Amino acid sequence: MSILSVENLGKSFGGIRANHDISFDISPGEILGIIGPNGAGKSTLFDLITGYTRADTGKVIFDGNDITRMRPDRISNLGIGRTFQKLKPFADLTLLENVMIGSFARENNIKDARDKALEIIDFVDLIEKRHHFARELSTGQRKRLELARAMATEPKLLLMDEVTGGVDQKTIPGLVALIQKMKASGVTIATIEHNINIIMEVSDHILALDQGQRIAFGRPRDIQNNEKVIDAYLGTVDVA
Amino acid sequence: METVLDHARQEPVWNTNKKVIVALVALTLGLIVFPLFGPSPFYLHLMILIFMYAVMSQSWNVIAGLSGQISLGHGAFFGIGAYTSSVLYVQYGITPWLGILLGMVFAALVAIAIGIPMLRLSGHYFAIATLLIGISFQVVFQRWEMVGAASGLWIPLTEESSWLALQFHDSKAPYYYIFLAFFAVTYLLVWRLSNSKIGFRLRAVRDDYQAASSLGIDVSRYKIIAYVISAIIMAPMGSLFAQYILIVDPDRMFNLEISILVLLMTVLGGIGNIWGPLVGVAILIPISEYTRIYLGGTGGAVDLIFYGLILMLICVFRPAGLISFLPKHLLEREKHR
Ligand SMILES: Nc1ncnc2c1ncn2[C@@H]1O[C@H](COP(=O)(O)OP(=O)(O)OP(=O)(O)O)[C@@H](O)[C@H]1O
Ligand SMILES: [Mg+2]
Repeated sequence: MSILSVENLGKSFGGIRANHDISFDISPGEILGIIGPNGAGKSTLFDLITGYTRADTGKVIFDGNDITRMRPDRISNLGIGRTFQKLKPFADLTLLENVMIGSFARENNIKDARDKALEIIDFVDLIEKRHHFARELSTGQRKRLELARAMATEPKLLLMDEVTGGVDQKTIPGLVALIQKMKASGVTIATIEHNINIIMEVSDHILALDQGQRIAFGRPRDIQNNEKVIDAYLGTVDVA
Repeated sequence: METVLDHARQEPVWNTNKKVIVALVALTLGLIVFPLFGPSPFYLHLMILIFMYAVMSQSWNVIAGLSGQISLGHGAFFGIGAYTSSVLYVQYGITPWLGILLGMVFAALVAIAIGIPMLRLSGHYFAIATLLIGISFQVVFQRWEMVGAASGLWIPLTEESSWLALQFHDSKAPYYYIFLAFFAVTYLLVWRLSNSKIGFRLRAVRDDYQAASSLGIDVSRYKIIAYVISAIIMAPMGSLFAQYILIVDPDRMFNLEISILVLLMTVLGGIGNIWGPLVGVAILIPISEYTRIYLGGTGGAVDLIFYGLILMLICVFRPAGLISFLPKHLLEREKHR
C-alpha cells in the first residue's frame, strides 16, 4: 500500500510543459528523494500535489483520498505538510508563534498549542531562539522553522523543497541528521535535493525528473548508474 | 537538570508584565471615578468621543491590523448600526438596546455579503471595493424615503431620562458610562481574540497567505471571520452615537471621514497592536476637538491636511506607530532567556 500515488500528472504554463505524465508511488515511512536539473519541474510537482497549482491532467491519491485540485488547506488537514523553496516564514512573528500556528491545525487551546510547538522547536534544535522574530533568523534557521511549522501540523507526509539549499556548508550535517530523525519519528518524507551526496545518503527511493518528465525511478544505487540521469544531471551539475 | 525546554514550558503564555497590569487596572479605576469629580460637560463629551473612536478604530484594527485587509469603507457599519437601532425605535418603538443587537446582526450579514465575493480578491481590490461600498451606502440612504432620505430621522425625545430608551437629558454621565463599558468590553474581547487560535491564524493570513494555507488555514474563511468581527464591533458605536445626538442622517452616519479617521488613528497609534488605536485616538480626538473650538466650525479642510501630514510622517518615520516608542518589554510577553 502506498501513502501517496501520483498518476500521469501533467501541467503546462503557456508553452512550457512543467510536468508531463508523471507517475510514482511513495510507501509509508520511506524517504523519497527527488532530483533533477534547474527547471526540471520538481517544485511544480510539489505545488500540484499540495494544491497550489491546478493539474491539467492526472490524479493524486493520498491515503485513499483523491486530492487532485483540492484546496491547499484541505490537503494540509488531510495530512500533507510542506516547506517552500522560496521560504515563507511569518516574518513579523517569533519562531514560537510561527510554529504555534502550525500546531493550531490540531490544537484549539493556546497552552496546548504552545507546549506542542516548544517540543517541536526543541526537536529541530532551535529552542534557544524561540522568541526571536523569524526575520532575525539565518537562512538555515528559517529552513528549520519551516520544517518545525510543518511538523507541528502532524503530517503523515512531509514535502521538503531544497531544505539544504543555500545554507552554510557546516550546517548541512545537522539538517541531514534532522531529516533522519524525522523519518525515525514515523513521518513519510519526499525531499527535493540538489546535493547528490545527501540524496544518496538519506533516500530509500529516488525520482529523477528532467524537462518536466520522469526519467528514472528506483533505488539510489540504480539511479546512480542510470545513463539518462547521468546525462541529464549528474554529468552536468557540480557534485559538491 | 532543568533543560531549556522545561524552562520554556513554564513561561507564561501571554503578557503578564506586572507594570502593564497595574497600569491597566489604575486606568480603568481612574476612568470609572472620573465623572464623580464633576468635570464640565465638555470633558465628558471629549471622553465619550475618545471611547467611541477607540472602539471604532479597534474595529478597523481587527480587519486591517490583525488580518491584513485594508477596508476603506468601514464607516458603513457605523451607519448600519445607527440606522438599525434608530429606525426600529422611531418606527416601531423597539428599545435601542435590542436595536444595538440587531444592528450588530445586520452589520455581520452585510459583512458576510460583501466579504464572500470581495475577500477572495487580492488586497487592493478589496480596498477599492470597500471604498465604493462605503460611498454607495451614503448615496442609498440619501434617497431612501422610508428612513427620512437626506434629512434623516429625529429620535423623539422622551419626557424624562430613560435607560430603556437610552436617552439622558440632565447629564452626560450615563452616556459616559455606557461608552466606557463598550470600550472596556471591546478591548478585553479583542485582546482575548488576538491571543486565541483565531488571532494566531489571522496573523498568519496577514503575513503570508500561502504559508497559512499550508498549515490548514482556510484563508478566505478567516478573512471573512475577521471582517464580520470587525463589523460587529463597529455597529454598536453607530447605535450609541445616534442615541447620543438623537438624530441620524446620511451625512453624519455614513460620512466618509469616519472611514478615514479610524484608519488614521490606528496607523498613528500603531496598526496591529491592540493598544495602537487607543493611543492614536487619545491624541487625535483632543486635537480635533480643540481645533474645532479655536478654529470654529468643523475645522474645514484644515484638519484633513493636518491628518494627511501626520499619516505621511508616521509612514515614513515610524511605521509601527507611536506605541512603538514605549519600551519593548512592556508590550511583549515576558521572556526569561
Ligand atoms: N507559475 C509559473 N508560471 C510560468 N512558468 C512556471 C511557473 N512555475 C514554474 N514554471 C516553469 O516551469 C518549469 C519548472 O519549474 P520548477 O520551479 O518546477 O522547476 P524546479 O525543478 O523546481 O527548478 P529549481 O531546481 O530551479 O527549483 C520552469 O521552466 C519554470 O520556469
Ligand atoms: Mg524548485
